[in-house]
Amino acid sequence: MGNVIKLDGILGVGELKMAAEAPPASGCTSSACGSSDGPADMAPEVWEKVKNHPCYSEEAHHYFARMHVAVAPACNIQCNYCNRKYDCSNESRPGVVSEKLTPEQAVKKVLAVAQEIPQLSVIGIAGPGDSLAAGGKNSFATFEMLSRLAPDLKLCISTNGLALPDHVERLKNYNVDHVTITINMVDAEVGERIYPWIYYNHKRWTGRDAAKILHERQMLGLEMLTSAGILAKINSVMIPGINDQHLMEVNAQVKKRGAFLHNIMPLISDPAHGTHFGLTGQRGPTAQELKALQDQCEGGAKLMRHCRQCRADAVGLLGEDRGDEFTIDRIEAMEVSTDDAVRKTYRDHVESERAKRAESKEAARAEVAETVGTEVKPILVAVATKGGERINEHFGHAREFQIYEVGHAGAKFVGHRRVEQYCEGGSGDEDALSTVLAAINDCAAVFVAKIGGCPKTTLEAAGIEPVDSYAFEYIEESALTYFKAYAERVSQGLAPNGVTRDAVIRPAEPAALRA
Amino acid sequence: MAYKIKSAECTVCGACEAECPNTAISLKKGTYIIDPTKCTECEGSFDSPQCAAVCPADCCVPA
Repeated sequence: MGNVIKLDGILGVGELKMAAEAPPASGCTSSACGSSDGPADMAPEVWEKVKNHPCYSEEAHHYFARMHVAVAPACNIQCNYCNRKYDCSNESRPGVVSEKLTPEQAVKKVLAVAQEIPQLSVIGIAGPGDSLAAGGKNSFATFEMLSRLAPDLKLCISTNGLALPDHVERLKNYNVDHVTITINMVDAEVGERIYPWIYYNHKRWTGRDAAKILHERQMLGLEMLTSAGILAKINSVMIPGINDQHLMEVNAQVKKRGAFLHNIMPLISDPAHGTHFGLTGQRGPTAQELKALQDQCEGGAKLMRHCRQCRADAVGLLGEDRGDEFTIDRIEAMEVSTDDAVRKTYRDHVESERAKRAESKEAARAEVAETVGTEVKPILVAVATKGGERINEHFGHAREFQIYEVGHAGAKFVGHRRVEQYCEGGSGDEDALSTVLAAINDCAAVFVAKIGGCPKTTLEAAGIEPVDSYAFEYIEESALTYFKAYAERVSQGLAPNGVTRDAVIRPAEPAALRA
Repeated sequence: MAYKIKSAECTVCGACEAECPNTAISLKKGTYIIDPTKCTECEGSFDSPQCAAVCPADCCVPA
């Protein structure tokens, strides 16, 4: 079981060579694009806390991996978008898990993953129920062991907030400095359409009473986290027609109480999941509806747009899930150690890489700001990447595309789209290609390390330019260089000024399309 | 009088076990069961049976 590090895959091919040849790069200063949380954006002590946390820093998510340990199956509320009976290893969404773990199994799994994946920096507990329900017994037992055996790993939890005020003190004691609260409303009238019931104070509450209690506990918990110096991220599920416009008010209220980040996620409501919303035909937002709401909230609590809504047992970089490599059976057979040397080497490497990156991004941004006029509308580009902020994935191998908005003001990450892998076993799958087209339909171009002739033609016909000339280069710098040339073409009437198409965030699987 | 768990509908989340005031609920062979000799339907402890109040699958019912 050698160290499966494959740093070159993450860092780009021929790391040293690339660094020397890297184009003067770009990007967005944090002030130019709100969500690109760089060090300039925040107090040094906050940056220190988030810089290696993929779920709290957009930049870190290109370099660092997280894992969720599924030790908390019990929950204390019912949400209309959740059905925890459903379990499938091919599904990736919150609340879903293949194996529930005891705290002891979870700790062994963490140590096993940590020695195989040096990018690992964060251990989170995100259910599959609520991490603080049932007294938080399993969550705290897990943290107690991990804080002794792997002190270099950050611990974090995700909760609906109902039990949070009872546990802030204890979280502080375990040095948990990242807590995510799912807050979908600040008004019980909205809340009663999302939560059929809660269990609180030895009683099941329903209707508006339930939503009111939940709201009060969430706000109290958030305020307590803020006073304790624990960073709070707020997750909100965007449910069109129920809380979509209301989330702007949520954004304002959580900002007022000191929330560090606000993550607005699209509702997932496939009827096959058996959730109340799924069964009653409640739809999720389109890609452009989600983006429009996120854009409207800019200026309030800082927005996070790189969330992958991952499983309660996800393992790896965001956007990948290596959970299958670490099942209980396999872990039981592994020799694990608490040596953190490889992780330390990797972190030092990222640290030195970062210093170079900031300068390079700023140069490319300045170049565009000087040469491109504001009349050229920003465009979206889809990027096939394996991480490391580089265009380093083959079009046909991509399971997701990262979406960047690039314009006069700079380039920024604005989201991602999940797709079916187009190329499996050497041949293209036309059904999968149609899901890719649906997923990136609002983009002007798609950046890839490599692409075959057939999908290239289809993409061009759909008005999406396939671009492989920036293979293995940095994403933001490439996007800005591309935009400069694109603006040139716009001025000559050779390219449209802006794209008005919409896209699907999670296109149905090909199997479902065939059915 | 006692409650029972309909095992076919149980998600094995353990929420009931944590709330039972009589430690009547335990995990046996991968499924939770209620010991009828210990179960009081929470009479004298709470207004309603706690297992039924917290169960996400509504599978804690009168035996």
